[in-house]
Amino acid sequence: MLAESLFFSAVLFAIGVVGVLTRRNAIIIFMCVELMLNAVNLTFVAFARDYGYGGQVFVVFVMTVAAAEAAVGLAIIISIFRHRQTVNLSDINLLKG
Amino acid sequence: MTLFYQFCFYLFGLVAVASACIFVTRKNPVAAALWLVNVLFCLAALFVLLDAQFIGAIQVLVYAGAIMVVFLFVIMLLNLGQATQIADTRGTLPYLGAGALAIVVLAAMLVRLPHPAPMEVFRIPADSLAVEARATGAVEPVAVPLFTEYLLAFEVTSVLLLAAVVGAVVLGRRRQEGEDPATDAGGAVRAPLGDIAEAARAR
Repeated sequence: MLAESLFFSAVLFAIGVVGVLTRRNAIIIFMCVELMLNAVNLTFVAFARDYGYGGQVFVVFVMTVAAAEAAVGLAIIISIFRHRQTVNLSDINLLKG
Repeated sequence: MTLFYQFCFYLFGLVAVASACIFVTRKNPVAAALWLVNVLFCLAALFVLLDAQFIGAIQVLVYAGAIMVVFLFVIMLLNLGQATQIADTRGTLPYLGAGALAIVVLAAMLVRLPHPAPMEVFRIPADSLAVEARATGAVEPVAVPLFTEYLLAFEVTSVLLLAAVVGAVVLGRRRQEGEDPATDAGGAVRAPLGDIAEAARAR
């Protein structure tokens, strides 16, 4: 099942990349990043089956970092929304040259 | 490697991929978030099929149960999802289908079938981690390296979580009226941003 896991993981990661590149809603882009993290977790778990439990431990760390990232990122989005009244990334162009 | 196992694996994998495709194409953020929850549930099932039962459990608890709820809170707090689009279920057919499915699920839980002998499809393959996990439990093989080999990373993670919580509170809180921005930690970060934003708007 290793090959199939890697295939599904790759497809999910690619879908996440497409979402990040094509969407303009900051929250949806955030969720696409979560999808990419999950695709990588699937790879870790698939390899952990053959190479020991280290991969599963790493998945725990990835989930923790994802939770921290979600908390801070959503706080930033709320903060931006208070200033600009939008989460559309094409409207948030303060640092654009 | 039984046929039943392979069937479940492909089923959950394909449902995950299909849900992900629907997720990235939804316009409504609430619908997108719920499709992503579907993907996460399918991935939890795949984790269990790959002999990572504990990871599957915390996938449901942490991801689907906590992180996605925070996402939905923010979407609804910022009023991004239109309630009319979510409540729209077009006609009576979806209601009938959902009702029939609910009856089938309820019957599956209530009706007690005669207990069959352990079917071949549920037998655990001899090469899997599950055979080992049967002796030790599903949590211990993950927990032991977490608290011995990776102890430093574990402690650093706790500091990271503390920093994230403090950062989220500082960024997310609303500045009180009449509060001096210079002495306020959040204001110190936000006041210059606000000035730049006003300057950009004036330009």
